Amino acid sequence: MTLEPTPSQTIGPYFGHALPHPAGGRIAPTGHPDTVTVHGRVLDGCGAPVDDALLEFWQPAPDGSRTGAPGSLRRDPVDGTAVGRDGVAFTGFGRVATGADGGYVVRTLRPGGVPYLSVCVFARGLLGNLFTRAYLSQAADPLLSSLDARRRATLIAVPERTGVHRFDVRLRGDGEHEETVFLAFR
Amino acid sequence: MPEPYRGALSRQPQRPLVVVDDPEAVELTGPVFGAADVTAIDSDLTRQHPGQPLGQRITVSGRVVDRTGRPVHGQLVEIWQANAAGRYAHRRDQHHAPLDPNFTGAGRCLTDDQGHYRFTTIRPGAYPWGEHSNSWRPAHIHFSLFGTAFTQRLVTQMYFPGDPLLPLDPIWCGVPDADRQRLVAAYDPELSVPGRALGYRWDIVLDGGPR
Ligand SMILES: [Fe+2]
Repeated sequence: MTLEPTPSQTIGPYFGHALPHPAGGRIAPTGHPDTVTVHGRVLDGCGAPVDDALLEFWQPAPDGSRTGAPGSLRRDPVDGTAVGRDGVAFTGFGRVATGADGGYVVRTLRPGGVPYLSVCVFARGLLGNLFTRAYLSQAADPLLSSLDARRRATLIAVPERTGVHRFDVRLRGDGEHEETVFLAFR
Repeated sequence: MPEPYRGALSRQPQRPLVVVDDPEAVELTGPVFGAADVTAIDSDLTRQHPGQPLGQRITVSGRVVDRTGRPVHGQLVEIWQANAAGRYAHRRDQHHAPLDPNFTGAGRCLTDDQGHYRFTTIRPGAYPWGEHSNSWRPAHIHFSLFGTAFTQRLVTQMYFPGDPLLPLDPIWCGVPDADRQRLVAAYDPELSVPGRALGYRWDIVLDGGPR
């Protein structure tokens, strides 16, 4: 049996009271000494910041486990308010909305077994979500090695200083800047 | 039939997607959620405030399955919507319609063992938007879904049967003909709660996923 999938539709501009959750970008357990910060901006084809995008991150735990863990968006059982992570469990999942400058920040731990974070991009004006990857190192990787240098560079989360990487998502090229590589999966 | 919505050009990639054909890709697994991520009341959008929201009370439920028909169990379903007057509880929505102090319009639940989800809410109102002059979005509920793989991630919209705005809506009409009706829920008397709520059924099929 093969069922036809439900079509996707744009996330629209009004998800902000529903999807983002407190400390959604704080994937690393509180105060973890190996915390890596990944930050950047989401930009459109004119180089303008996209201030209403939602980014999601998914990754293995540092030990390489890909099972994830619940607790990314814990709720208070008494009053239902969002209380966020417990600061201990590594859920592998992050979710952040971009700010007025198109910026976002996630703090996480390096994934075990692979050099990248999986990134899913939603925004008003996109009919569906886009997948890309933020590579924290340029270790041998089948996807990176399949791309020419200019395209490959769009997937590299560039080290700025110890423990801080910059990863911009450019939804569309502007002639001068290369558009981010977006992925489809077989 | 309106010109179908194609989205904002400046936000859409020009280059073709790069195909990853790697059985070890991280995206073939995905995040999980659990009991601590939702409370029982999160699936009842009419009980999140001291008073009752205005509008027609409805239940919306259905099953989440993958393309082989397997239920997606224990996964997160999130919804958000306008209130009965067609206004979102969102600062950027400046539509000149009243906010409802008893309605936020956001909810979440986990699917059960058979992939079922269920929400109680109110029927959202239609609202105007700037696509073209006098353009109105048909009543809809935004849905966000997770499967067992990150590749199955889906954000979409559910519509109501018989809405005269549907054939005029560029966003609904932006979906190919054959697929469009699958975004429209069915009225289901079995799901109606006597004396309390009208019932709608909407099943969801997630694409992709592990082979
Ligand atoms: Fe909407």
